[in-house]
Amino acid sequence: MSAARAAANDALGAMASRGTAGYVFHVLERSFDGFFGAAANPLRQLGALAFLCFWLAAASGAYVYAFFDIGVTGAYDSLESLARAQPYAGGAMRSLHRYASDAFIALTLLHVVREWAYGRFSGFRWFSWLSGVPLVWLAVASGMVGYWLVWDELAQYVAATLMEFIAALPGVDAAMIRNAVAGENVTDRLFALLMFAHIAVSLLLLLGMWVHLQRLARPRSCPQWRLGLGTAAALAVLALAVPAMSQGRADLARASQELSFDWFYLFALPLSQLASPAAAWAVLAAGTLALSALPWLGGRKRLPAARVDPTQCNGCGRCFEDCPYQAITMAAPAEASALTGAAAPAARNIAVVCAEACSACGICAGACPSSTPFRSIGMLRSGIELPQFPVAELRARLEQQLATLHGTATVIVFGCTRGPRTNTLAGPGVASLVLPCLGMLPPSFVEYALKRGAHGALLAGCGQGDCEFRLGDQWTRARLAGLREPHLRSGVPRERVYAIWLHRDQERSLVKELDAFRGRLLGATRNPAARTHRRPGTNHG
Amino acid sequence: MVSWGRYAGQAALYALFAAAIGYCSTSPQYRPLEQGQALLRLSFKHAGKLVAECRKRSPEELARLPANMRAELDCPRERSPVRVRVELDGGLLHDRTFPPAGLSRDGAATGYWKLPLAAGTHLIKVQVSDDVRAEGYTYEREARVEIRPGQAVLIDISEQKGGVQIR
Repeated sequence: MSAARAAANDALGAMASRGTAGYVFHVLERSFDGFFGAAANPLRQLGALAFLCFWLAAASGAYVYAFFDIGVTGAYDSLESLARAQPYAGGAMRSLHRYASDAFIALTLLHVVREWAYGRFSGFRWFSWLSGVPLVWLAVASGMVGYWLVWDELAQYVAATLMEFIAALPGVDAAMIRNAVAGENVTDRLFALLMFAHIAVSLLLLLGMWVHLQRLARPRSCPQWRLGLGTAAALAVLALAVPAMSQGRADLARASQELSFDWFYLFALPLSQLASPAAAWAVLAAGTLALSALPWLGGRKRLPAARVDPTQCNGCGRCFEDCPYQAITMAAPAEASALTGAAAPAARNIAVVCAEACSACGICAGACPSSTPFRSIGMLRSGIELPQFPVAELRARLEQQLATLHGTATVIVFGCTRGPRTNTLAGPGVASLVLPCLGMLPPSFVEYALKRGAHGALLAGCGQGDCEFRLGDQWTRARLAGLREPHLRSGVPRERVYAIWLHRDQERSLVKELDAFRGRLLGATRNPAARTHRRPGTNHG
Repeated sequence: MVSWGRYAGQAALYALFAAAIGYCSTSPQYRPLEQGQALLRLSFKHAGKLVAECRKRSPEELARLPANMRAELDCPRERSPVRVRVELDGGLLHDRTFPPAGLSRDGAATGYWKLPLAAGTHLIKVQVSDDVRAEGYTYEREARVEIRPGQAVLIDISEQKGGVQIR
């Protein structure tokens, strides 16, 4: 098969596994990897970058607030004076406030599209998805009020159209439009109220962002430092190069004919004007409803949640530590019994799984000290495991695969369903075992495979930032390196274990790495004196 | 080894990001009104007259009431709706009746309406009726107004300022 054909096959495989939109994002991400590296790839940290922009907007907003005169005439004058009297401080801060706010919306929308493209909105992810929907509304509301505060021509347009828009709601009095069109209603007191609303809605947004992350363990709300620095620098340069200035002073006797328009925040207002406020409400409400209902549309089958066996759980809390979605809590025996309905040993805390939040990734089973194939109990059971893929079955399947190995330099390949396909590698001397996530693999299974006849074990996990379950690759690396429990025991010959981290479209690299690994194993078999004891080999793709 | 190509690529992508943010922050320009247009708005908050006359209570009636409620006049709560009729250059532009606010219909009526119109000299006639007991209009105003492009003309109703305002 030619290289081009193989590449096309890889691409088709990746597209089939993710859908077209997901494939497009995947290709973009891989291209960005080439420039930024996977660790600092902005497309893999859109949410964290949005957080950064929120804080940049908050900090620059606090500076502007210190010089802002809350009042009908003071608002415009103080901002003009700020921009002209201190262009490199106040002016730049005002510009940064605008551009960071714009970047916040842009990154948030990209984040939404990416998660949708990857299908990360349904099942156990419903809470994170649904809690993100109102954040868009809050951000836009805060931005619109912010534009009103400037009280220039754009502010006048925003105020009038926004009030018309709100007054179209049933039960809302049309008198509120007078706050934007009738001189006697536009008062200093109104501006004080607007400033309060601007800050209060922003704080609500922050609260919403906190809630949005509640189902994630170790959420990434801070981008990798080089990426964060680069993004902040790009916005700062933009703020200095293209200062954000007010348009003409607001004048209620005038109606603007042409406006420099911030489409990130004000996109809904022309819609309201072109059709009608009621039509704009209908479009936005339908969009919001569709977005909110997305997790329950499509009827994806949800996998059963992880199950705790109280007789096997020793209460060590490793599953609680490793769960990427905070689906596990450690409960006192009485509480655990009440929650699960099963009798729990009285002496220790027991893991309890919240089925609603469980992703069925199996990382908890990989963390459990009782998930070891060396146990000699009649029926192998773990403290926590997936009902659809219990540890006993994992051992049985491993033994089945090991039985197929013949010849020299035999390798058992542990792969994951979301990473590069490993089951296509099976052949003479190579067997494959695919898990829901490589993080489900307890290191003792690697040792077991080597003791049961495999010459080598190749662990093929997802490339950095690509793990479907967020932390599976991190925990596996740490366990193999002895930095996290359960670790790979020191007696395991490291040259016979090789971990490789590849993206879905790198299947040809996997084949090459496997061949190279088998070559090394073959060399070591022929020349046993050359064996060295070191940490497991690794390749980051 | 330093890879200058990577850094150049990063710089280009950061520049692209900043350019996209900077551009969409102000562009493309939006035109709320067409060239040569102005805006006519009607916005008011006005309490219509009571729907019935107040009645003077007799001394016997007053005596029957608790001491703190002995108001001499017995007035209905409900107010009249406010009808506003606007003509532009002799043609009818707007004719609508706005109900009083409140469950007991005892609040002020509020209304809002707007229309872009071509700049130039226009004859604006506004008639307001706020009393169901009276025939005809309570307030009327007719004015020839020179309207410039981009001007916002507001029609308001204020009893204190003599009725209909065109400003």
